[in-house]
Amino acid sequence: MPAMSQSQTAAGSAQPARVAAFDEMNGSGGLREAYAGIDQWLKGTTQEALDRKRREAEVLFRRIGVTFAVYTEGGDPERLIPFDVIPRVLTRSEWDRMAKGLSQRTRALNAFLCDIYRDREILRAGKLPEALILQNEAFRAEMQGFTPPAGIYSHISGIDMVRTGPDEFYVLEDNCRTPSGVSYMLENREAMLRLFPELFARHNIAPVGHYPEELLETLKSVAPPNCPGDPTVAILTPGAFNSAYYEHCFLADEMGIEVVEGIDLFVDDAVVYMRTTSGPKRVDVIYRRIDDEYIDPLTFKPDSLLGVAGLIGAYRAGNVTVCNAPGAGIADDKSVYPYVPEMVRFYLGEEPILSNVPTYLCERPDECKYVLEHIGELVVKLTRGSGGYGMLVGPHSTAAQREEFAARIRARPADYIAQPTLALSTCPTLVAAGIAPRHVDLRPFVLSGKEVRIVPGGLTRVALTEGSLVVNSSQGGGTKDTWVIDDMPAGSEK
Amino acid sequence: MLSRTAENLFWLGRYTERAANVARGLQVAHRLHSLSRTFGGAEDEWRGLLVASGCDAGFYAQHDNASPEAVTHYLVRDPSNLSGIVPCFEAARQNGRAVRTALTVEMWEALNDTWIELRRLPPDVLEADRLTTFLDWVKSRTLLFNGAAIDTMLRDDAWRFVHLGTMLERADNTARLLDVRHQWLQPRNGTGGAVEYAHWQAVLRSVSALRAYQWVYHSRLQPRLIAELMILRPELPRSLRACFARVEQTLEAIANNHGGTRLECHRLAGELHAQLRYGRIDAIMEQGVHEYLTLLIDRTIELGTQIGAGYLSG
Repeated sequence: MPAMSQSQTAAGSAQPARVAAFDEMNGSGGLREAYAGIDQWLKGTTQEALDRKRREAEVLFRRIGVTFAVYTEGGDPERLIPFDVIPRVLTRSEWDRMAKGLSQRTRALNAFLCDIYRDREILRAGKLPEALILQNEAFRAEMQGFTPPAGIYSHISGIDMVRTGPDEFYVLEDNCRTPSGVSYMLENREAMLRLFPELFARHNIAPVGHYPEELLETLKSVAPPNCPGDPTVAILTPGAFNSAYYEHCFLADEMGIEVVEGIDLFVDDAVVYMRTTSGPKRVDVIYRRIDDEYIDPLTFKPDSLLGVAGLIGAYRAGNVTVCNAPGAGIADDKSVYPYVPEMVRFYLGEEPILSNVPTYLCERPDECKYVLEHIGELVVKLTRGSGGYGMLVGPHSTAAQREEFAARIRARPADYIAQPTLALSTCPTLVAAGIAPRHVDLRPFVLSGKEVRIVPGGLTRVALTEGSLVVNSSQGGGTKDTWVIDDMPAGSEK
Repeated sequence: MLSRTAENLFWLGRYTERAANVARGLQVAHRLHSLSRTFGGAEDEWRGLLVASGCDAGFYAQHDNASPEAVTHYLVRDPSNLSGIVPCFEAARQNGRAVRTALTVEMWEALNDTWIELRRLPPDVLEADRLTTFLDWVKSRTLLFNGAAIDTMLRDDAWRFVHLGTMLERADNTARLLDVRHQWLQPRNGTGGAVEYAHWQAVLRSVSALRAYQWVYHSRLQPRLIAELMILRPELPRSLRACFARVEQTLEAIANNHGGTRLECHRLAGELHAQLRYGRIDAIMEQGVHEYLTLLIDRTIELGTQIGAGYLSG
């Protein structure tokens, strides 16, 4: 094996053991304590009863309108993401450690973003290759020399975590642009509370329902310097055809703010206004759920109809704050990912609490060679890919698929990275044949403003196909409610 | 209009509204009960719900303890509790039946279908995991009845007495709901911990106003603002001010239709509305929310009595 990128080895991220997947309920040595209450409940519940609940949950989600559109498919344009009724449980101490690590990591990512668009100290220190940043598609030259309020670029970060053992957690990827899924975290909890009230009465589950308030506080805390008073916040959506439109409306409603489209906004004298029935109303903070390229046709794609002409000018003038900031994507680029542990050391002077998954950069000839030789064991990812598209899971691939990927890697090595195939942990999941282990990941949401706030839990995604490691909703993944419970949980109840 | 007809219509409005209010209260209590591991004991919750529904005396005459099961049964289907959901709909239907011709077909059908469904209510409907669906259905039946009345009734005295009943009942309910949780609204409790927060949410949920709060204030839950929203804000349809505005307006319309004669109920309604219209939340908080609401609940009862004396008992 060639030496992996320097930052990697230095990160101390050990190569995960390639053993059978760790089951979060049954572990390797029998039932784990955190799941004692779930175990009791499952033993006392018939398969028919669970199936009935699953159907009830579907009716509920349809009625509320929690749907997800998948662009590439025909058929139902308003699809439900499958919801699994068996919750995923983390103990308070597992969570506390992870939360500390998440907070640390997002602070480093934001420090990196501020630095990279201003002084570039990290490049001058030689910790990261300059070309990787400056020639990256996600790098926004327009942001150079600008410092956003509170020095935050990524206000809402979704850090995808995977687990391979009782104490082994890894960051799979960072999402610093417009991470979605938080509405599922909240609606899943509401659905569970409705379907299984007696299960809640037996556990002390950390609440997540205050997320929208925390989000609003976060957004208000980064109001622009010229904000005239209590900041007016709005969500900018691409519109009703966007796959996450439900989430945009849900969050707006929970926070009591307007959900606007590009045509509802205009810029006059570098100030952003909404068009309202009582005339123009000034907007101070925009939580945008539109990609960078589309938010301002004057700065980015000139043919974009989704954005607002002059928005970036207003931003730079200190009259509006755009969340997440344009250019934040450079921090979650898959080729930058291997350097995040180094960012933690460089900016915070701390050792990273969360480990990275070891990563091979195909643009390095020796690592590329290793990847091509071991393609059958590795997960190969497109550096710019997301949503599980453009990905090869070596052990689950056909010879033809491997050939195809190898050819693509040879043609454009810089576009690919590879990681060992992790044995993602499994959780008991309700499937056609009964209750069976399925692989899961976790996306906690980290809010960064004047302070860092994390609601305990996150969105657990589950690969519903047996043996599959791809949890993305666009690839048929489902979701689960995620519980953070006390370390001395159920079983001790009255 | 016959006094008896007016009385039936007035109580038709009150009973349909009461059924939905009890349903909302039960949903909130069960929610807090489920979360009691996280937020601490919920025993007070059940007692509070009985007090808010005006059912505490009747309940404790039969039971020693307010267990979730006993309270739920008492508030849903116990025939001896006239403020329970099933008896409310039965009473509403009886009142409606007595004045069939004063109701539109749509109102009658909404009422009658509900009653038919309730007669074949399955025995397990009160089980924790079924209850929410049932209570949602109850709320939707009252929404349907109210919608039918608003959409199809002539705006004559029949409409006015139904509406008067609905609004007076709603005002009474909001005041009681807020009052049983007044200790959570005291400034000294305003520390904003998770427990307080859960109770503040519960207050708002019980009048379906959690999101309305965000739309009005755009800020974190604060006891002072919750009290203001539920007592003084005219935009919230279940606030005391909004309810008493409708009560006064409706009584005025009735007076105008009766040769302009105004009675004690008009004076009282006008006084209550004016007090809410010009009231300030800081003064109410200083006086004490409980003291303020106790007085207001008493006046509301008195207003009901005066409406009865003026129009309903001939």
